[in-house]
Amino acid sequence: MPELMNAPADRATTGEAAKLWLSWLWVGIPGVWGVYHVVVDALKIFK
Amino acid sequence: MALLSFLDRERTIAHPGYNRWRIPTAALSIHLAIGQAYAFSVFNLPLSKQEGWKLSTIGWVFSIAIVFLGVSAALFGKWLERVGPRRAMFAAACCFAGGFLVGALGITVHSFPILLLGYGVLGGFGLGLGYISPVSTLIKWFPDRPGMATGMAIMGFGGGAMIASPLSVGLMNHYRTATSQGVAPTFVSLAVLYFIFMMFGVFTVRLPRDGWKPVGWTPPARPPKLVTTANVEVNEAMRTPQFWLLWWVLCLNVTAGIGVLGQASPMIQEIFFGGNRPLAAAGFVSLLSLANMTGRFGWASLSDVIGRKATYTTFFVLGMALYAFVPHTGQLHSVALFVIAFVIILSMYGGGFSTVPAYLKDLFGTMQVGAIHGRLLTAWSAAGIFGPMLVNYIREYQIDHGVAKADAYSVTMYLMACLLLVGLICNLLVRPVDPKHYYTGEIEPGGAPARQPLGGAMPGGVNA
Repeated sequence: MPELMNAPADRATTGEAAKLWLSWLWVGIPGVWGVYHVVVDALKIFK
Repeated sequence: MALLSFLDRERTIAHPGYNRWRIPTAALSIHLAIGQAYAFSVFNLPLSKQEGWKLSTIGWVFSIAIVFLGVSAALFGKWLERVGPRRAMFAAACCFAGGFLVGALGITVHSFPILLLGYGVLGGFGLGLGYISPVSTLIKWFPDRPGMATGMAIMGFGGGAMIASPLSVGLMNHYRTATSQGVAPTFVSLAVLYFIFMMFGVFTVRLPRDGWKPVGWTPPARPPKLVTTANVEVNEAMRTPQFWLLWWVLCLNVTAGIGVLGQASPMIQEIFFGGNRPLAAAGFVSLLSLANMTGRFGWASLSDVIGRKATYTTFFVLGMALYAFVPHTGQLHSVALFVIAFVIILSMYGGGFSTVPAYLKDLFGTMQVGAIHGRLLTAWSAAGIFGPMLVNYIREYQIDHGVAKADAYSVTMYLMACLLLVGLICNLLVRPVDPKHYYTGEIEPGGAPARQPLGGAMPGGVNA
C-alpha cells in the first residue's frame, strides 16, 4: 500500500497527511486494545 | 433544515487531493461501534441478577436487534443511496446511541418492553443503517480493490465486540453499587462514547467526484465474465435469479457458521475436556471471534485476486471437508486439529459476509449496491433464526434418544456439510445478469439514479 504510506506529491500536504494518520489512530487504538484482550483470552485455551 | 445541511450529499463530494485511505477509517468508526451488538451477552447475567428477568427473555433483546438490522437495511437502502452516506451514518449514530439511552430508561424504570424497544428496535435500526451506509461509498473509492475495501469495514463489525466486551465489563465494575449492577449508567456512557466515535465517521466520509479514479488505475478493457460495467436498480435486481442465488449462498454459509458458533464452547468442553474446562472453552470462543474478524478482511481481499465465485466455491468445498472432518478429531483426541478446523470454518463464515458486497457490485454495478446489499441482508436475519434452531433441535433430539453428549455433534456437522453442498450448487449456478435488467436512465453526480417526478417511470421500464 505505497499509496497509503506516501501520497502522490500533488496531494501530500502536511495537513492532509496529518488527517490521514489521525484517522487511523482514531480507529486503530481501540482496535488494538480490543484485539489485545481477545488474544489474552485466547491464550487460556493452552493453559 | 439549514443546521443539518452539512449532511447533504452535495456537501460530501471530496475536494481534489482528498486521500481515499481516510474512507476506510470512516467506515470502521461506524462498524467498530455497531459491532458492539455481538457483545450484548455481557449484560445478560447482570440484568438477570438486577431485574430478575430470565436469561431466555433477555436473549430476545439481541434477537430483535438483529431482526431490525435486516429490516432497516432492506427498507432504507434506497434512501441511503439517494441522500448519501453522511446523512445515513448520522441517522445510524442517532438511532444506535438513542437505543442505549431508551434502553437505560427501560432498566431504570424496570420495564423490559422499553428496553426491548430501545436497544432492540431503535438500536436495531441503527445497526442496519450503519452496516450498509459505507458499503457503496467504499466500492466507489476502491474500484481496483472493492473486496479489500468492504472487507476492511465489515471486519470492523466482527471486531466491535472485542472492544465492547472489556469496555462494558469495565464500566459496569465502575458503576456497580450494593443495590445495582450498574447496567443503566453503563448504557448511558456507551451511548455518549459511541455517538462521539461514530460522528468521526460522519465528518470524515466523502464521495468521489464524478469521473474520479485512483491514480495510475485504468479499468480493465475486458473485465472478467461475471463483472459488469452496467448498473441494475435495486427493485430490478430482486427480479433476477442472481439475487436469489446469492441470497441462498449467504443464508446457507451463515446458517452453517452460526450453527456451530453458538455450540463452540460446550462442544470443545464435552468432546475433549469432560465438561470441566470453562476457561479453555472461553479462550476457544475468543480465538474463533479473532478468526471471524481476520477472515472478513483476508478472504474479501483474496476475492479481488481469484474472483468472488471462486472464493465462495472455496468456502463451500473446504467447509464441507472440514465439517465432515470435525467429528473425527474427537476420535483422534486431537484438540489442535479441532481448533484449526474451527478457526478456518469461522474465518470463512466472516469471509462470507465481507465478500458479498463486492460480489453484488460485480453482478449489479455500483449505482445501488448499498441498497441491494441491504435487501440481501434479510438472508442473515433468516439464518440467525434457523441456524441455532436447527442445531439445538437436532442435538436435543439425539440426546433424548440416548446418544452420548460428546457424540451428539457428529450428525449436526454432517448436516451442515449438506447445507454447504446446496450453497455450492447455488454459487455455481450464478451467471452474468441479463442485460435486459440494466438501468438505462440518467445517474446523478455521486452515482445515484436521477430522481423522477411523482408518478413518472424510470427510463428502461424500471419503476423507482
